[in-house]
Amino acid sequence: LQLPRFDDVNLLRRGTSRVRVKRCRVSSPDAFQYLMKETPLSNCERRFLLRAIEEKKRLDGRQTYDYRNIKISFGTDYGCCIVELGKTRVLGQVSCELVSPKLNRATEGILFFNLELSQMAAPAFEPGRQSDLLVKLNRLLERCLRNSKCIDTESLCVVAGEKVWQIRVDLHLLNHDGNIIDAASIAAIVALCHFRRPDVSVQGDEVTLYTLEERDPVPLSIHHMPICVSFAFFQQGTYLLVDPNEREERVMDGLLVIAMNKHREICTIQSSGGIMLLKDQVLRCSKIAGVKVAEITELIQKALENDQKVRKEGGKFGFAESIANQKITAFRMEKAPVDTSDVEEKAEEIICEAEPPSEVVSKPVLWTPGTAQIGEGIENSWGDLEDSEKEDEDEGGSDEAIILDSIKMDTGEVSNIGSQDAPIVLSDSEEEEMIILEPDKNPKKIRTQTISATQVKAPSKKPVKKRKKKRAAN
Amino acid sequence: YVPVKGDHVIGIVTAKSGDIFKVDVGGSEPASLSYLAFEGATKRNRPNVQVGDLIYGQFVVANKDMEPEMVCIDSCGRACGMGVIGQDGLLFKVTLGLIRRLLAPDCEILQEVGKLYPLEIVFGMNGRIWVKAKTIQQTLILANILEACEHMTADQRKQIFSRLAES
Repeated sequence: LQLPRFDDVNLLRRGTSRVRVKRCRVSSPDAFQYLMKETPLSNCERRFLLRAIEEKKRLDGRQTYDYRNIKISFGTDYGCCIVELGKTRVLGQVSCELVSPKLNRATEGILFFNLELSQMAAPAFEPGRQSDLLVKLNRLLERCLRNSKCIDTESLCVVAGEKVWQIRVDLHLLNHDGNIIDAASIAAIVALCHFRRPDVSVQGDEVTLYTLEERDPVPLSIHHMPICVSFAFFQQGTYLLVDPNEREERVMDGLLVIAMNKHREICTIQSSGGIMLLKDQVLRCSKIAGVKVAEITELIQKALENDQKVRKEGGKFGFAESIANQKITAFRMEKAPVDTSDVEEKAEEIICEAEPPSEVVSKPVLWTPGTAQIGEGIENSWGDLEDSEKEDEDEGGSDEAIILDSIKMDTGEVSNIGSQDAPIVLSDSEEEEMIILEPDKNPKKIRTQTISATQVKAPSKKPVKKRKKKRAAN
Repeated sequence: YVPVKGDHVIGIVTAKSGDIFKVDVGGSEPASLSYLAFEGATKRNRPNVQVGDLIYGQFVVANKDMEPEMVCIDSCGRACGMGVIGQDGLLFKVTLGLIRRLLAPDCEILQEVGKLYPLEIVFGMNGRIWVKAKTIQQTLILANILEACEHMTADQRKQIFSRLAES
């Protein structure tokens, strides 16, 4: 995204005040430092979210203890994975290197964790601006993974006092939609479980490091898998939610993170936000965390097994396979499990059960060089212009395509749209007028629509100003 | 979103400085809104606008060289539905293309939505929609439906609406 460069400009604003446009310091042609503040949270949203939480309703239809969909996919290298928690995405990569050990720990390997908040994750993340959050997340991850001794560092020693393995875990946040900690901890542990280091053999004084071709790489020895579970508290600890969304994170009062493994051992607890938590609240949270961690660990095991199976069988693996090709125009949405047992149905569930639309193939019939026809066309209806409707028809669109008024596609006649040579794709209908309407039609007619007769409140504020622009263009 | 003169947008007030409000419209710069640009506002009679409020207004100045300016008043001085948007309700974002679809004349989606329950709805060309219905559940359903309409065919949409109308 190339942003325009703007210099210091002094503007006179109606004689009252001078407004200066921010100066951009450009050090190199592609090193734009553009400060973007994140969208402020309006009072309206805050109020709505809190009220909804009081009624135990979440924006996406989850229950209070529900996690979003977790998807784990692996890359071609060992130790590379992407974890998607809803829309939050973290990329994890593990690498290793032989170094000399620390002086006071001569027989232990070195672990190094690094989480980076990429600028593509959120507009608020910029090179200079993320320090608080970054430090907090990094410290939490380190405590969770290093202090819990989930990796056996003694096994990383090659020659005591001289050569040990340094394992480096790099995590990159690719998209921020809430709950970075959980996603990052899952990514870290999955990447570590997936990683294979080169095999080393020591015979007396000789140390042989085998390359990947000579001997199969060896997995790390991992005792247990600590996973962080986040709890967001609202209204001074009255209401709690598991796996907060980005919106929910903005209005929360405090956050409690519990890192646990599937043996119900707590590895780390951290409470931030300064809310006062009661003893039984914390106990309840730890019980919930136990349940969630068990589920997530199972999911991780399954994903690792699947990947191993695919690699062994010689099938295709890696991101190119696991991240499916999605066309931008695809009529598909993320399916989230939604419990609608006692409430009205939500849209997502219904989309999952609806069948995908059938393919529409346009077959142009070539009449003469330069003239082709698609479809039969309909009766010329210059008389009734605004009554006909066009439906959405895209590459995977529905079969019904009601062609907009006055396209007369007879033999040999070139429509006034222009090219009949190329197949005409009727794209998003309602806003594009493919043809200029009847010239003596009054273009100044502004239609204000009221929604329906059942509407009790004030009419909707929705003046149709689109037409104005078309007129200007005309 | 790139501000365009004449576009009606929903903005969030971020700052109040002297005579003008700074309103975030989702563009590269916050737009400025003078306190006199409301219906019936005079120097003595200031509009009741707080930081964090939602504003529905239109742009009078929007080009690439200057900071955009918006007003909540039309050329005759009438509000025409613009101004501060009420306190309740939910604000959510959709794509710009969907907004244009919804604002087209004879939009099917809107007619069907209107038959479901009574509601108030405001569309901003910057991709923001404000919805308010009687209960929170209904508001959430509306928000989800409108967001999902992006990806649905007409058939799927009709299915959903018929299901909702039944329950």
